[in-house]
Amino acid sequence: MSLQLYGIELESRLLLGTSQYPSPAVLLDTIRESRTDVVTVSLRRESGTNRNGQAFWSLLREANVRVLPNTAGCYSVKEAVTTAHMAREIFDTPWIKLEVIGENDTLGPDVIGLVEAARILSEEGFEVFPYTTDDLVVAAKLVDAGCRVLMPLASPIGSAQGLNNPRALGRMRGHFPDIPLIIDAGIGLPSQAAAAMEMGYDAVLLNTAVAKAGNPISMGRAFALAIEAGHLAYEAQPLLARDMASPSTPVLGKAWLD
Amino acid sequence: MKVLVVGAGVAGLCCALELAQAGYRVELIDRAVGPESAGCSRFAGGMLAPYCEGENAHQLVTSLGVESVEWWQKVLPEVDDGYRQLGSLVLAQGRDRGELARFAQRSSGHESVRGDALSEIEPELAGIFPQGLYFAAEAHIDPRLAMRRIRSRLQELGATVRYGADASEYKGAAELVVDCRGLAGRDTLSELRGVKGEMLLVKCPAIRLSRPIRLLHPRIPLYIVPRGDGVYMIGATMIESDEQKRVSARSLVELLQGAFALHPTFSEAEILELGTEVRPAFRDNLPKVCRKGNTIFVNGLYRHGFLLAPVLAQWVRNWVSGGELPPGPDNWEIMNEDSMQ
Ligand SMILES: Cc1cc2nc3c(=O)[nH]c(=O)nc-3n(C[C@H](O)[C@H](O)[C@H](O)COP(=O)(O)OP(=O)(O)OC[C@H]3O[C@@H](n4cnc5c(N)ncnc54)[C@H](O)[C@@H]3O)c2cc1C
Repeated sequence: MSLQLYGIELESRLLLGTSQYPSPAVLLDTIRESRTDVVTVSLRRESGTNRNGQAFWSLLREANVRVLPNTAGCYSVKEAVTTAHMAREIFDTPWIKLEVIGENDTLGPDVIGLVEAARILSEEGFEVFPYTTDDLVVAAKLVDAGCRVLMPLASPIGSAQGLNNPRALGRMRGHFPDIPLIIDAGIGLPSQAAAAMEMGYDAVLLNTAVAKAGNPISMGRAFALAIEAGHLAYEAQPLLARDMASPSTPVLGKAWLD
Repeated sequence: MKVLVVGAGVAGLCCALELAQAGYRVELIDRAVGPESAGCSRFAGGMLAPYCEGENAHQLVTSLGVESVEWWQKVLPEVDDGYRQLGSLVLAQGRDRGELARFAQRSSGHESVRGDALSEIEPELAGIFPQGLYFAAEAHIDPRLAMRRIRSRLQELGATVRYGADASEYKGAAELVVDCRGLAGRDTLSELRGVKGEMLLVKCPAIRLSRPIRLLHPRIPLYIVPRGDGVYMIGATMIESDEQKRVSARSLVELLQGAFALHPTFSEAEILELGTEVRPAFRDNLPKVCRKGNTIFVNGLYRHGFLLAPVLAQWVRNWVSGGELPPGPDNWEIMNEDSMQ
């Protein structure tokens, strides 16, 4: 089954961020080669107060993919809500990747502000993709606030540490079987993305790992393949690791070895 | 033959100088009222860093950049011309060591320096950074001084340099036009876009650094270029925007934070100037030289105006004198007439 986000069906389970590429030309090639359907765009940073990022955005339009604007760099509920309004107007979409940053160094989310902003925006008709932690209580409150997608971080943004706490991520999957879960942030290698998908995650969002690779175009493709492989594996119901401490077959068989 | 060069930024100045040296009658015009209010080039760091730039630019930037460094050395031979070939240093804080390894992997022309070797190069940084990369062959200039020198060379060669003069008033004034209008050229070169850069100039005589220093950071990379007399340029943001005249508080905080991280004494610095301009760039962030009728366009210098303009100017001179443009690599096209409006 293909991925459904707020009623929109998507072929690819890879979402790509658009910053830090060597050039827009490389970015466009990466989007094409990775066959992603959704790209995120940071509004605050690129636009300033007006619509000065137009040239870049119209470039993205050429890529013919869905844009998920984000509120990256917002530190308060008010800032995030204002940025979301601006995004809706510029990109003509109800989608918003909601980031309310709580900590300047790791860029960890301010989950309390996040829940509040998510509620405000959902009530205004936005379709919110919250950048959150793996905390189950926060996740439940986000769902309660109207979010129909959750985006937990795997490790700090740009750290390339991979899945720092796979148990917690697994628990989250278990607790929210019907909500699309997208890994957002912290992935460095395709194998890490594949591991998340094998756990049943619905999609992975990447930026730095692709944009800052020596060859972003190939790396985008590598991630796309890994994500697809991980998803296929999950659907194919993989073997679970076995505890070999106690024998499961009759010891009788041993006689044959004599 | 008379040649009109439009735009007295680094592109226009280098082209004008090459053509004047080749014996053409050159008139260089700029619509700004004077050099103090013109264009993007005034705000450049003046790093001539072909190897460092290779970290995320096309290899062409490195190879052409190396040629340009030699050009600057010839054009600015005197000590008070401000050309300095003292190399450059790339540093990272302890926990961003990975960034340093990555930078080393993606660039060439460097050696790894630690401890004593590092403090010998830049004594001021002793004890602050345990290791770095040293790019010995790189150089730096003071862009404003360098442009002033080229303007006076032009006058010595009999060329005219005129400010407050818009290209529209000069239609048909010359047999050949070299259009170096920077971002204003997007009316003809429709693919041009702006990449905003913010910078500041500070005075901090308590710190003595001799060469450009880049501080790597996953989100806020930064560099500092010494201008002599305790003056430093701190730059620069890279924002996909063509907004021209606004330095945001966020950018200022980031630049200053980076400077403090490099050396805490920067907190004592006096702020001399905040600057912002928009770099003209094509999609592949590589420059183009192209021709339509009797106009040659030199544009899209992005963050490499000083690094690449000399080589492009030599191409223009060669082309005007009947030679060929060098063939670009596969994925670099010198724009043809079709792609202009
Ligand atoms: C903060 C910052 C730091 C940078 N650091 C570096 C660095 O360290 N090294 C490096 O190599 N590069 C650097 N760059 C990039 C470099 O500054 C640019 O690549 C370069 O300035 C572009 O030069 P240009 O001559 O094409 O454009 P400009 O300098 O913008 O010149 C264009 C000129 O054309 C004139 N003009 C426009 N329209 C008309 C008209 N109709 N009639 C007459 N005149 C007209 C304008 O007034 C202007 O003076 C930096 C850029 C920024 C913003």
